[in-house]
Amino acid sequence: MNVVVFIIVFLVLALVAVVSGALVFVIDSMARATYALAISFVAVGGALVLFGLTYPGVITILMMIMEMAIMAVFMIMFMGMNPALIPMSMVHGQRPALVASAGLFVLLVVGILLAPWPQHPHAAPARARQLGQALMGDKMLVMMTISPVMFATIVAGVVLASHRTRYDRFGDDLDRRVASDPQPGGVGR
Amino acid sequence: MILPLVLIVAAALFCVGLYGALSQQVVVMVMMGLELMLNAVVLAAGALWLFLAPDVSGQVLVLVVLAVMTLEMAMGFAVAVLVHRTRGSDMTDQLTDLAEDPAR
Repeated sequence: MNVVVFIIVFLVLALVAVVSGALVFVIDSMARATYALAISFVAVGGALVLFGLTYPGVITILMMIMEMAIMAVFMIMFMGMNPALIPMSMVHGQRPALVASAGLFVLLVVGILLAPWPQHPHAAPARARQLGQALMGDKMLVMMTISPVMFATIVAGVVLASHRTRYDRFGDDLDRRVASDPQPGGVGR
Repeated sequence: MILPLVLIVAAALFCVGLYGALSQQVVVMVMMGLELMLNAVVLAAGALWLFLAPDVSGQVLVLVVLAVMTLEMAMGFAVAVLVHRTRGSDMTDQLTDLAEDPAR
């Protein structure tokens, strides 16, 4: 692709990503903020596709659209339908947060501009097949590390979100012989 | 020229996310800030793959960051559900102690 076209398309995507990302914390309605974040993710996914990372880019777009839809559901569930949709602002420590993020931005930009970066991208295209073979071969340790972490997340998520735990059923010291359940079950032994 | 430009955009996204994570009161909005920061990491990883690492490692890094985003969402929502159930609120300012209120 022509470099000028590449830069123009990237700048459009970057503008969409940053502006919609900033809108998340500017916009009044929280449900709409969720969709602003989804637009930011779609723009970044588009940038990945532009870089030649087609498979990770498409995954980012598909996954984040679903994730933000779920987030909107949670937002409305916790905030109630009206507070999630009507204008409201719930912030604290706005000035220190602004100073910290602006300071970090300046620091990062100075570091980026001072570091010697390569001028030209490599020409090797990314192939989903190559990625899959690497994950099943050389990079399998990465997936083997992520897998137990994901499983632990499932267990921890269920434990944290469950309504009644063993402490509710068997007491704080777990010394109750018969579980205290709203609906007694078992076979009467 | 192109790589610094992409990295500056990623830095801007990261700092917007940091501002949100530090300033928002609602747990889910804090999570949105964290997601935006990880979004910046994905963008920077993609650009670094394009310019620095022509092998598959950069793509694997992008996939790992996407997995981390998923885990963060799952645990964040689980904690938010627990907090909402025990405290009846999802504001970070009210989470100043670990113990449950005995009056509830």
